[in-house]
Amino acid sequence: MIVDYKQLDDRRMRDIMGSLLRYGVVVAALLVIFGGVLFFIQHPGEYFDYSTFKGEPLRFRKVHLIIQEAFNFRGRDVIQLGLLVLVATPIARVIFSLVGFLFERDWIYVAITFIVLVILFISLFSTYLF
Amino acid sequence: MVTFIAILFAGALFAGFIGSLTGLGGGVVIVPLLTIGFGVDIRYAIGTSLIGVIATSSGAASAFVKEGILNIRIGMFLEIATTLGAIAGAAIAFFAPTHTIAVIFGFVLIYSALASLKPKDEIQNTNIEQQGKASRLVEVLKVKGSYMTANGLKYYTLHNLAGGFAMMILAGILSGLLGIGSGALKVIAMDSIMKMPFKVSTTTSNFMIGVTAAASAGIYLTRGYIDPVLSMPVMLGVLIGSLFGARILIKSQTKKIRVVFAIVVSLLALEMIYNGLAKNI
Repeated sequence: MIVDYKQLDDRRMRDIMGSLLRYGVVVAALLVIFGGVLFFIQHPGEYFDYSTFKGEPLRFRKVHLIIQEAFNFRGRDVIQLGLLVLVATPIARVIFSLVGFLFERDWIYVAITFIVLVILFISLFSTYLF
Repeated sequence: MVTFIAILFAGALFAGFIGSLTGLGGGVVIVPLLTIGFGVDIRYAIGTSLIGVIATSSGAASAFVKEGILNIRIGMFLEIATTLGAIAGAAIAFFAPTHTIAVIFGFVLIYSALASLKPKDEIQNTNIEQQGKASRLVEVLKVKGSYMTANGLKYYTLHNLAGGFAMMILAGILSGLLGIGSGALKVIAMDSIMKMPFKVSTTTSNFMIGVTAAASAGIYLTRGYIDPVLSMPVMLGVLIGSLFGARILIKSQTKKIRVVFAIVVSLLALEMIYNGLAKNI
């Protein structure tokens, strides 16, 4: 009987990947809920107008500012950190896949995954470049 | 503001449920809800929708991956196409009038609904002999797989990778442009072009949507299109809805999913065409 070790590795990869996605989403959701509660306390009855596009301030946009500002515990800043964690969750899944394919020495898929990762980083950090 | 957020939460709950059940993602419902329902500027709506789309996909995929139905390798390969397309789509969205694209996309959705209803064999390529005849690219990329059904393990091999890849670039562009998961196009690419079994293509599509949307969301977030107050109820609603949808998909039969899929897609297609012509989108 031939034991397909790749199948076994794939199954373990799937399990960890499932947990990674779950924890990422749970952490993001908790931050968003916490930020939402802070927002309702800090801005009771305030109304925001979204009918015309103004664009968000820099503190909701740049990755390092989002992380930095969240520690001031203003509601919207904490929510924005939660959203950043959510966007980072699929990226973390791709990073994990890269590690998994490295362990399996599946070089074709290491290369494929690396390309996807580069594209994702360009997307998130393009404001630092241009 | 509290009422606004509460209604938005309820709408997102429904969108998340349908989104994960059909592999469409929640975006197709969120964008019309925000723009037509709440008069929110389309650019905020697209940014918010992408957040909902990532939540749907990640929430549902965390359940799918352990089931082992989806094909991680082919998903990763095709994500090159969808992420490149997504960035291109997000870039186009900053310049192009979106109502024209909404109309075209509506017709694509109707086509996908009709295509999904055409009767065909549940599993197209089941035997080992056919796997041996697979093309060189299919061999190199190892894009074949198996999954467990009630009748035991089913094997499949994929076809026309180039065609599927091209369709995935288009799916990515539309995802970045309209803030949707483009699940319908992803399923067309895998189901009709690459001959992947429907259940595998639906789950793999859902799995890919998160990474595709993350590629465009990165651009939208860093360019100031994603607002925390709008995103809060949408993200939470869509997430909870998608978890219920995922539970039902795993238990239910493929045929039932196809019918639900076709009806949802057709209704949304008509809505998109109407809004495109009325220049609401």
